Amino acid sequence: MAEKQKILKGRIWLMTDENNTLIDDIDTDMIFHNAHLAITDIKEMGQHAFGNLKNWKHFPKEAKPGDIVMAGRNFGSGSSRQQAVDCFPSLGVTALICESYGAIYKRNAINSGFPIVIIPGLVEQLKKSKKIKHLQNIEINLETGIVKDVESGEIVLNGLPLSPVQIDIYNVGGLLNLSLDNKG
Amino acid sequence: MKQTAIEKIISNHSDHQVKAGEIVWMKLDVRSARDFGGANVVKNLKTYYPGQPLDDLKKTFFTFDTVVPANNIPYANNQQICRDYAEEMGIKVYDVNAGIGSHVMIEEGRALPGYTLVGTDSHLNIFGAVGAFGQGMGDQDIAFAFRNGFTWFEVPESMRIILNGEIKYPVSAKDVVLAVLERIGSKGALGRAIEFTGSVVDRLDLAGRITLASMVTEMGGIIGLISPNKAILDELKKKSGHYTLEPIVADEGAEYVETIEMNLNGLEPMIAAPPKPDNVVKVSSLKKVAVDSIFIGSCTNGRTEDFKVAADILRGRKVHPKVMMKIVPATRRVFTEMLKLGIVQELHEAGAIISNPGCGGCASGQIGMTGKGEVQVSTSNRNFLGKQGDGETYLASPAVAAASAITGYITAP
Repeated sequence: MAEKQKILKGRIWLMTDENNTLIDDIDTDMIFHNAHLAITDIKEMGQHAFGNLKNWKHFPKEAKPGDIVMAGRNFGSGSSRQQAVDCFPSLGVTALICESYGAIYKRNAINSGFPIVIIPGLVEQLKKSKKIKHLQNIEINLETGIVKDVESGEIVLNGLPLSPVQIDIYNVGGLLNLSLDNKG
Repeated sequence: MKQTAIEKIISNHSDHQVKAGEIVWMKLDVRSARDFGGANVVKNLKTYYPGQPLDDLKKTFFTFDTVVPANNIPYANNQQICRDYAEEMGIKVYDVNAGIGSHVMIEEGRALPGYTLVGTDSHLNIFGAVGAFGQGMGDQDIAFAFRNGFTWFEVPESMRIILNGEIKYPVSAKDVVLAVLERIGSKGALGRAIEFTGSVVDRLDLAGRITLASMVTEMGGIIGLISPNKAILDELKKKSGHYTLEPIVADEGAEYVETIEMNLNGLEPMIAAPPKPDNVVKVSSLKKVAVDSIFIGSCTNGRTEDFKVAADILRGRKVHPKVMMKIVPATRRVFTEMLKLGIVQELHEAGAIISNPGCGGCASGQIGMTGKGEVQVSTSNRNFLGKQGDGETYLASPAVAAASAITGYITAP
């Protein structure tokens, strides 16, 4: 099986509040409201992404394949709904970059082979530095955690690399695509 | 590298020495699915691994305990899906007569110090009672574990909770765990492993350790590890036939994110008022709260020792005429012990309803639900609205539950 791309390039969505600070505690109801839980077709999930997050309801209309989403701490806290993960690949979003994630969300995202990157201290770093702007083109290296500005090639943020476990699952496109034959 | 107990256990099941924060592949000694979630595990296995073998059938089980025997058609169908698949593959089923899966695993000597066990039960961290790592997971994770015999896990940070002093009847392990919940709250152990130590913990019997370990879920914790003392180690050796068992103990100087020390001398009977398990107060601080129903059982307080406490209090007395009292042994083995010790007879004569073993009050409907306005004292672990019905549930020890059954209001013996 061909290995997946480890360097992702795309526009970065900075999910910020009125004070231009990355939003913390974006829960699964803000990401994918429980009114739409009956949806099981991944293609239909994207249109509801961030449908309940104040000031960001335009996200599904404006997001493009290849985009990357950045937010603050405890992203995806709340329920175990898988749609809150799947609504992003549904729109072609390739990765999330946050300071931290809710525990169940993290497990769901890793199991579905969706890259979620952790950057310790991200919220404070972005308050201090204006090195990264909304919808700027960036690249994230999943194996090093380094975020660069595409235009200048300059390193703008240092995150954690995905763990070998995450890479294994990412490569095959989901936990249940992995079996003893390709991981022992 | 100085390691905590959980780091040691996971290292022993991984290809390297792990430390907190790492996400690692972890080998599993047991993987199981209950009637809750089991049918989806089978569906995932058939969809993703059609015609493929499972890793090690001797370590793979179904345990039916949620709605036993099934009292509705969806559960009956799900149980039959699991039975048919188990027969096709050669997996052992602990069927609807066996009791709560986690307890059966301990009784059968399949959950041993240092082992790793996963299943579709969110209270599998009960295995901390024998110094093992247990974890509830979703149906995709468990299907993967059935197929492969390993799973991934993020090694948790550890905290220590040292419980010193001495507790005396009627205070029990349940009051101890409620006191800890009162102290640290529902997020006090969020994402962490706990190591329980101290004189109170050392003296707890296996039933008491099960009670303590089972409510780590309600503290937000991953697992609460209790290192077996000699008596419990000997008991586990006898159950399993593994006479070389050694408990896993943290290294001197291992790193903990927090250490909490509590002196439990003078601890009084405690109770968690609705609607949250950490809403803990002293029983003596409550005004006269009239009670409609009593439930003794669950994975938290469903052992023979728990029912013996209740029988001792109820002996020769009657359940209050306005109170309904429900008794659900955790397992068939517990039921057998209760029969031999005369506990079944005593509780029956006092007026209690005695059910077959299983999850009982926490699982929808096995032994009825509470109605709106009904006040229940339960020995289980969760009192969220709707969990045990529409009524209001207080969480307390078997002693408080039995004493309240007699007086008709919340009472400590």
